[in-house]
Amino acid sequence: MTTSPMNSLKIAGRELSSRLFLGTGGLPNLALLPAVIDAAEPGLVTVSMRRTSSTATGGLLETLRAAKVPILPNTAGCLSAREAVLTAELAREALETDWVKLEVIGDETSLMPDAVELVEAAEQLVRKGFTVLPYATDDAVLARRLADAGCAAVMPLGSPIGSGLGILNPYAIEAVVAAVDVPVVLDAGVGTASDAALAMELGCAAVLAATAVTRADDPVGMARALRLAVEAGHAARGAGRIPRQAVARASSPMEGRIA
Amino acid sequence: MKITLNSEPMEVSGTVADLLEARTGDRRPSGIAVAVDEEIVPRDDWARWQLRDGHVVEIVTAVQGG
Repeated sequence: MTTSPMNSLKIAGRELSSRLFLGTGGLPNLALLPAVIDAAEPGLVTVSMRRTSSTATGGLLETLRAAKVPILPNTAGCLSAREAVLTAELAREALETDWVKLEVIGDETSLMPDAVELVEAAEQLVRKGFTVLPYATDDAVLARRLADAGCAAVMPLGSPIGSGLGILNPYAIEAVVAAVDVPVVLDAGVGTASDAALAMELGCAAVLAATAVTRADDPVGMARALRLAVEAGHAARGAGRIPRQAVARASSPMEGRIA
Repeated sequence: MKITLNSEPMEVSGTVADLLEARTGDRRPSGIAVAVDEEIVPRDDWARWQLRDGHVVEIVTAVQGG
């Protein structure tokens, strides 16, 4: 993987090689994962923690270690701060990382974050020495509370998990970016490359995509597309877009025209 | 003695390492974490951590997830 200075991202003092984070959930066949990682060149790859009997491990960790990509365990499926804290502690023990993507959902239908439990879990995990990246709603006030609690980043959703609806409220994402000093990672809702590019243009520091890649017709092709989109969006943000205006403004000179 | 392992009742005796050996064939498997009664049992304690009647044990690992 190459790291250009323009594209370097630091979270909690650690330099990540890419602004695209990849979720591994939903891939129909684990054998595809190495090619997907090669195409995405992700800065982090997420995994979930589950009881050993419920799902075959199938060499997931071996695959990730062979790809030399940093692993970010999540607390997906946790409905309370208590469950999320225990899951994070299990992940730290199993995977030897104190980084955690903190998810505390309010119910299993909407999969929306439970803000009250989320802040409680974040405070506890920060006290326990974790580097906490919380999955949150696109709420600038909640983002500030999470940053104040010591989270290393905040990860607002663009739209519900797995929906592929993209960024439903770009103004809210911009408000989150403006509200906190920590990196903002657009988490859920990315459906295709333009969603990822928009996130970066709005000022996000990174994008996390799982379903968009793993359930695409061609996961390897979409992984490459998202990598390029994140890079393009980041470059566009840095370049400074023109303001939107409702009237035309010629770019060719009006003087010297014939007739 | 009876414990609960990942929500299933189970008859065992011995340490956490004995339980892991019975379940995974390895006394110190990598990529695994163990909690007993919602407290983490650190890897280095597995071989000397004695299970007792009524313990609620969780053994977890990483799976694909977003």
